[in-house]
Amino acid sequence: MNGAFNAIVPMACVTAAGIAAMIAEAFREPGERMPIGGLGFVGLAGAAIASILLWGRGAVSFGMVAADNFGLFVTMVLVIVGTLSIAISGPTIDREQLPMGEYYALLLFAVAGMILMATATDLLLIFLALEVLSLAVYVLTGIRRQSPLSTEAALKYFLLGAFSSAFFLYGIAFTYGLTGSTRLDRVGSLIAAQAMSPTPMQLLAVGLLLVGFAFKVAAVPFHMWTPDAYEGAPAAVTGFMSTGVKAAAFAAFTRVFLSTFEPLRGDWSVILWGIAAATMIVGTVVGVSQSNVKRMLAYSSIGHGGYLLVAMVAANDVGKGAILFYLLTYAITNLGAFGVIAVLDAGDRANDRVEDYAGLWNERPALAALMTIFLLSLGGFPPLAGFIAKWYVFSAAVKAGYNWLAIIGVLTSVISVFFYLRIVVMMYMTPRGSGEPVPPTPALAGAALVISAILLFYLGILPARVLDLAAASIGTIF
Amino acid sequence: MPFPILSTLVALPVVGAILLLFVRPGDNEERVSRMIALVISLLVFGETLLLWSRFIPGSPEFQFVERHAWIPAFGITYAVGVDGISLLLLVLTGFLTPIALLSSWESVHTKTRAFCMFVLLLESAMLGVFVSLDLFLFYVFWDAMLVPMYFLIGIWGYDRRVYAAVKFILYTMAGSVLMLLAILGLAYLHYTATGSYSFDLLKLYTLDVPDHLQVYFFLAFALAFAIKVPLFPFHTWLPDAHVEAPTAGSVILAGVLLKMGTYGLVRFAFPLFPQAAVYFAPALGVLAVIGIIYGALVAMVQPDMKKLVAYSSVSHLGFVVLGITAMNMQGVQGAVYQMLNHGISTGGLFLIVGMLSDRRHTRLIAEYGGLKKVTPRLVAAFLIITLSSIGLPGLNGFVGEFLILLGAFRTDPKLAAFAATGVILSATYMLWMFQRVNYGPVTNEKNANLADLQPREWVVIAPIIAVAILMGVLPNIFLRPIGPSVERTLNQIHQRASAVLNAGHSAPGAGATR
Repeated sequence: MNGAFNAIVPMACVTAAGIAAMIAEAFREPGERMPIGGLGFVGLAGAAIASILLWGRGAVSFGMVAADNFGLFVTMVLVIVGTLSIAISGPTIDREQLPMGEYYALLLFAVAGMILMATATDLLLIFLALEVLSLAVYVLTGIRRQSPLSTEAALKYFLLGAFSSAFFLYGIAFTYGLTGSTRLDRVGSLIAAQAMSPTPMQLLAVGLLLVGFAFKVAAVPFHMWTPDAYEGAPAAVTGFMSTGVKAAAFAAFTRVFLSTFEPLRGDWSVILWGIAAATMIVGTVVGVSQSNVKRMLAYSSIGHGGYLLVAMVAANDVGKGAILFYLLTYAITNLGAFGVIAVLDAGDRANDRVEDYAGLWNERPALAALMTIFLLSLGGFPPLAGFIAKWYVFSAAVKAGYNWLAIIGVLTSVISVFFYLRIVVMMYMTPRGSGEPVPPTPALAGAALVISAILLFYLGILPARVLDLAAASIGTIF
Repeated sequence: MPFPILSTLVALPVVGAILLLFVRPGDNEERVSRMIALVISLLVFGETLLLWSRFIPGSPEFQFVERHAWIPAFGITYAVGVDGISLLLLVLTGFLTPIALLSSWESVHTKTRAFCMFVLLLESAMLGVFVSLDLFLFYVFWDAMLVPMYFLIGIWGYDRRVYAAVKFILYTMAGSVLMLLAILGLAYLHYTATGSYSFDLLKLYTLDVPDHLQVYFFLAFALAFAIKVPLFPFHTWLPDAHVEAPTAGSVILAGVLLKMGTYGLVRFAFPLFPQAAVYFAPALGVLAVIGIIYGALVAMVQPDMKKLVAYSSVSHLGFVVLGITAMNMQGVQGAVYQMLNHGISTGGLFLIVGMLSDRRHTRLIAEYGGLKKVTPRLVAAFLIITLSSIGLPGLNGFVGEFLILLGAFRTDPKLAAFAATGVILSATYMLWMFQRVNYGPVTNEKNANLADLQPREWVVIAPIIAVAILMGVLPNIFLRPIGPSVERTLNQIHQRASAVLNAGHSAPGAGATR
């Protein structure tokens, strides 16, 4: 064996759990409750253990999958995403009577695809991973088959996703045409050799790949699918895709652009500067006018993509570390917020308008407090993790001399506070009008939310260890 | 290792807030929560007094310094310390918090436990701001403070509380995020100069910041602090926040929160960017004087007592800023003293207004009249605090205003002359309000049977009056620790401002050295 398969062990664990979930579903009597989610936890735990064991080894499988520390850090983020997603999916599955085996299997396959995307070092493999995760997520988006909203969301997401995949593939084709390879290291060295005078063909290849990635990370102006898809999907799925897909896509984006296409940075960083600024502004300004909480958080997540892009533009050591730390805190925070939405989702009534949160504090003080913690962290208030993450991103921008980007960033984050606070105002300062009962919080989802909140405080107050870990992870690929 | 007195001071209220989490809901919840919060806040006050008694007043340096690595990769340390400028502000915070809690005894009955938690968390953040010697730590406390105050205004405030709370938090944030960028810029400047990041205030004090950056950085810092003070024309959030906040919120807001702006100017903006400070000080002084006169004129026509006191804060804090921009011993020492005075007298005024509004559920001056016959003791307390706010000799307000005007006169006599009209104006609006509320016949029969001061209210107001008299009669007790630290800060500013001038750089404030 001599370790040829080591690098794929994390995703193999998750895939095995996904297959087990499918088999279990086949044996499940209709209506029978089966702890299929538990299989997912086991698989994800396996992936986590494998990642810890692989840490610092630099394992490579087939010359195409590299379990370097960068990939493993993102893998850990994805494991957290998967675990929290499964934990908060329970109420949705029960109330909507979704096929739980299929649901968990799709979710686990998506996580496997994400892990592959984060560790792949070949453009074709990245594309393959992208398709694996996208197909699973398209189906998850439309898993409420009776709901027209859900179906519409899935169709929109699928069409635009397929469109962006074409861009991506076209970019790969051009890259191959230029360099004769799809392996990132070979492409990188050949580009570096020609980088003195970039040819139009090179720029076209880079541009097409940039568009493909920008679609996946929901950067403006390629963000149109996001609000519809996020609103139509069940809240737990939205939480999953707004964090997992973003983390995986940003990992690959970073790997391709900050190492392979680094020699062409002078050309693409100008465009990315504009995209980052537009993403932050559109995400927050349009978010202000939303009356649906899921849509509001969809725009907020577009905005957060903008902050991640700022770190990419800065492209210094601080920025690269910031991407990893930001992905981690954003994943925990956003999943927490969507977890609360999922808990409130009553099946027949989605309870996802801003007004539905009125007086939640009186009904469920703990749930309201958790939501507040997640929203304040998204808004970047200390001592929560969101503050450290934003501070890290803005330090990267200031250090690299992108002062205007940093100024746009801090001002848009003030605007974003305005709409996060709208929900807080509703929960705490508005009396409950409708009298609709709040659904009970299942123990597992509640525990996941509490743990997320504690993690946010931990990362906000004692971030040094994780920051060092993030900084150490980037050294392996750049 | 010596006893970490400052860390325990900052942590104690948080511990209290966590304790409150475990109070069981039920019949006793309200009483138990209040007792826990009160005991904790009294312990904090005791600890601030202990700090004062151990403090060496003759030393200008930071004392009780604690320093631990926090985020070593970025040179961020947990560094706290206290000097003469921050010492008494800590004592003021410790003094006002239990009073604020007591003042809400009758008026806050909903969600008392959460109320107490937010007050304690707020106290922790305020203490943290005053002890931070690391810019990152300072910013964390500075921003964290907004959240509990937001909830205090938004949940327990009056009718337009939500508007006021959101305005408060957005206004303050908008000002402070640019300061965050300036802090980052400073840290990277330190990196380029020495090869390592640092957010340590004492190291950054010695950093030479290029002139054009000084201007940007100073403006970013000054904007954050000017909004907090609030300096004219950034004051519009203040009347809303004050009017809508519950009494306890107003007391803390006026008593402590506003001081953070002026404290920030003295501690951070001026000494970190001395040349820019010298350059911009006259402009800030003019804004301060506009604020003094404008605040006083607007206060005069307010029908609402709380709004009147709020605008009087704009006017009084204009004096503090004027003293700081004078950049001499009398001015700055007077400014620090006036910060304490304003905390005591305006805090006291809000308490009195709160007591009246608890009784009548209105704050409109026109609704009152002739209270002197109905509630003589309350009116007596009201009178003493009004006089202290005006600056009557023998009470605290006089000392601070006198020193500030003296300092301002040495710098710019014209400005001082305009500022002095503020003293007259403040006597006008305060006494006019006092007269309309308390003298004359009882015009509204609802006022005829108001209760006089209750025992609990005695406990609230008596310490304020005692301190107001003490600070007026024996100002040296309070001025003694302030002096050396102010002198050190001023020397630092002037030396560095002129050192760079001598080195031949074209400082922005070349003609404006004092």
